[in-house]
Amino acid sequence: MSWSIGHSVYRKDGLEKVTGRAKYTGDHSSKDMLHIKMVVSSYAHAKIKAINTTKALKVSGVRGIVLGQPFPLTGEEIKDRPPIAYDKVRYHGEPVAVVVADTALQAQKAAELIEVTYEPLPVVNSPKNALLPGAPLVHENLAVYERIEHVYPEANTNIADRIKIRKGCMNEGWKASHEMVEASFSFSQSDHMAMETRCVIAEIHPDGCVVFTSATQSPYMIKHLMSDYFNLEDGKIIVKTPLVGGAFGGKVAVQLELIAYMASLAVGGRPVKLVNTREEDMITSPVHIGLDATIKLGATKDGQLTAAEILYMFDTGAYSDKGATISRAAAVTSTGPYHIDNVWCDSLCVYTNHPYVTAYRGFGHSELSFAFERAMDMLAKKLDMNPLELRMKNAILPGQTTPTQIRLNESTVGNLPNCIETLKQQMNWNEGQVIPINDRKVRAKGISCIWKTSTIDSDASSGVILVFNRDGSVNIESGVVEIGMGTKTVLAQMLAEKLKMDVNKIFVKMEIDTQSIPEHWKTVASRGTLMAGRALLKAADDAIVQMKDIASRVLMCSPDELEVGNERVYVRDEPDIYIKVKDICYGYKYPHGYAIGGQVIGRGQYMLRHLTHIDPKTGVGRPGPEYTVAAQGAEIEFDTRDYTYKILKAYSVIDAGIVLNRKLAKGQVMGAMEMGLNFGSSETFVFSEQGEVLNSRLRTYTPFRYGDHPEYVVSFIETPYIESAYGARGLGEHGLIGMPAALANALSVASGMELNRLPLTPEAIWRKKIGVNEY
Amino acid sequence: MNKSEITLNVNSEERSVYVRHSDTLLYVLREELGLTGAKPGCLNGDCGACTVDVDGQAMKSCLMLAIEAVGKKITTVEGLQNIPLKTAFIKKFAFQCGYCTPGFLMNSNSLINNYPQADDIQIKDCLESNICRCTGYKEIEEAVKSVLADGSTGNGNY
Ligand code: FES
Ligand code: FES
Repeated sequence: MSWSIGHSVYRKDGLEKVTGRAKYTGDHSSKDMLHIKMVVSSYAHAKIKAINTTKALKVSGVRGIVLGQPFPLTGEEIKDRPPIAYDKVRYHGEPVAVVVADTALQAQKAAELIEVTYEPLPVVNSPKNALLPGAPLVHENLAVYERIEHVYPEANTNIADRIKIRKGCMNEGWKASHEMVEASFSFSQSDHMAMETRCVIAEIHPDGCVVFTSATQSPYMIKHLMSDYFNLEDGKIIVKTPLVGGAFGGKVAVQLELIAYMASLAVGGRPVKLVNTREEDMITSPVHIGLDATIKLGATKDGQLTAAEILYMFDTGAYSDKGATISRAAAVTSTGPYHIDNVWCDSLCVYTNHPYVTAYRGFGHSELSFAFERAMDMLAKKLDMNPLELRMKNAILPGQTTPTQIRLNESTVGNLPNCIETLKQQMNWNEGQVIPINDRKVRAKGISCIWKTSTIDSDASSGVILVFNRDGSVNIESGVVEIGMGTKTVLAQMLAEKLKMDVNKIFVKMEIDTQSIPEHWKTVASRGTLMAGRALLKAADDAIVQMKDIASRVLMCSPDELEVGNERVYVRDEPDIYIKVKDICYGYKYPHGYAIGGQVIGRGQYMLRHLTHIDPKTGVGRPGPEYTVAAQGAEIEFDTRDYTYKILKAYSVIDAGIVLNRKLAKGQVMGAMEMGLNFGSSETFVFSEQGEVLNSRLRTYTPFRYGDHPEYVVSFIETPYIESAYGARGLGEHGLIGMPAALANALSVASGMELNRLPLTPEAIWRKKIGVNEY
Repeated sequence: MNKSEITLNVNSEERSVYVRHSDTLLYVLREELGLTGAKPGCLNGDCGACTVDVDGQAMKSCLMLAIEAVGKKITTVEGLQNIPLKTAFIKKFAFQCGYCTPGFLMNSNSLINNYPQADDIQIKDCLESNICRCTGYKEIEEAVKSVLADGSTGNGNY
């Protein structure tokens, strides 16, 4: 019998959230708090000639103004970014000055009075342009920046990193092929658009302790990077993170914390609060990456892929931050979930004068999948083959190798053919891809297949502490941030399963405090369930040992003969001989007064095993543990006269390993699918010729609203991932990944054109049709 | 900066507060009265995270001045008595991060009270003014429809 795994247990944070009692970072304020307002650049690329703060300083209530300094330079892989622009600005929206004042209003008034004189510079407006000979350089000093060992910037270019995949022999691949397609694909940057904008509160105590309250996915990374950038003692940096109002990768970046720290420093350590406006959140803080890609595929007559030549040029914007890691993640799974013997891929992280990027749900995968899955459909057309059959024929299988030449097994790769077969049934694929409705409208279907592993630090770790209460209930302390995905509810379920107890007697601490809660590297990459899950099981084992130890003395038997369950410690084959957990979890007191043991405190940690860096010449290496595979589809109703369309149904068949909480899992997948459809159909930044973002507000950016949602058809295949707690695979991002491609494939067959640029607005399709302003 | 003292009726309590005439209702609720349930998402009227109830109608509190609310009955999510609706949101998993939830609850509550027989088009008309970035909206649809079908029209709070 299952105690909790697989049940749709309600969210542990549910009641707080429906009563308005749930506190997010911005909900914290106090009378002694000062307020920060940023002045941001109105140019995408310009020299800062002068900054005049005279008028601003006269505004009453202003306590300080902070300008950019040459150091420290910051960045996770390459230190290329001053927290406040110094000497020149590299993107529209970049912070150039920061005002601290008693009230937010005074800070804003003063910010408006700061006069910045710029000398505009030529702008790099796309990755393609950035790579042209003679393109302006975004970073003149690229060669001398400090960097980690495994990133390879190319001096005197706009290339921050180049990841190479060299598998097999391309000559042989092309020789073996009978048909070939080659095409280019692209989309601009866009935004995460979490409903809670990024915000932070910082103060510096007299003893030097720096305390942040931050809306972040990476509280422990803030601690680590602050100590690195500002030379602070690790133990003196304390980060608290209450509930987070959505993140989607956007809150991985450490940005506002640096500014808030500098601002607090300027006012003697007083508490300061910085809350992004929506407009700042969209362009000043880091955004979703853009891409220009070229893909060339070769296959035999019967559709066996023989060669793939892939060029990904990612638009990392003005700074590399996570852009290099994303380019790497895209390289290692560059072919999509297909087995190809001969692969050549260059994945470039390219500087432009656009806002800089950070992680975005899927971490490079919805991006590469759009390009690759469009190419697959084009190949199918050329081969005159059913696109679903082409995918089935090449689907990656246990025993085959990845682009980074890692051999897979059933546990690590799951069952893609099963996903495709299930999708085929659910979409009623055999009825055809385009079904006429009347003389004007058609119903059309498109599919895509995806896979993803995590490309995170090979020494990333996660820790869990379990603390027992006197009544035998348990508190879970884990460094996973509750950003909405419900991992902490799932952790409670795992513990209930492990200790065979009621999940309602398990409490989870939602807020993070890095001073007392063990580290979970970052809440990213769909890694919470695996890493914190394993740490939790280890902590539970530790607690069980302690309970058995005390119980064995009371019951006068060996600990080996005991079991824990039903809130008792009992003799395995005579369960009637037991002691209640509540009678030993704070130690045991004998009738005459002696006592033994003490509060039971379980501790556990987990670190991913056997991950490696990627070889710079060949790409060989093991970037992540397991893969989650899926087959996805979109069904649309398309108006052939005005190119409008409605998304009728969206499908996901995901091999999720064992599903731990069905409704939570389904919710993650549906939400991700929605985000992917939104990205594919309407989300994009519109850049002017000068590199300014023209639509940095919700009214002009067009997020999906209630009623735009299709019918979701979500199902799970369950091939257990043996390494993880209860067999689960990463799931938080995967629903998104194939959606833009599936939508583009459906619209391409419906319109009879190869639609290779996102987003697919009716206007974009019309432009393509009439050849105006060729996208 | 001139401030005036006003009295607001919030969640059936009379609250006196000093406000600037240009302070929005959202600002005063959050920063002066400590009612942080209503959330800022855009301060532009685009997202609905700040929705409260004013005299029985859903209102974006970032688009209303506090002084305009004098003499009106304001209900925020903290004072929302519609238990069936809140329960439905939990049972249908109609939120993830929960940041949009107060706004959706207040908006849905006014929908349920004003249009107990609402059809799909009326539901869309009301709820499309709010954005949720986490869910696929389907869960919110199910939660709201389950309460409509039940005929539980809140608590007659108004
Ligand atoms: S904050 Fe009021 S509508 Fe967005
Ligand atoms: S639950 Fe996060 S925005 Fe709706």
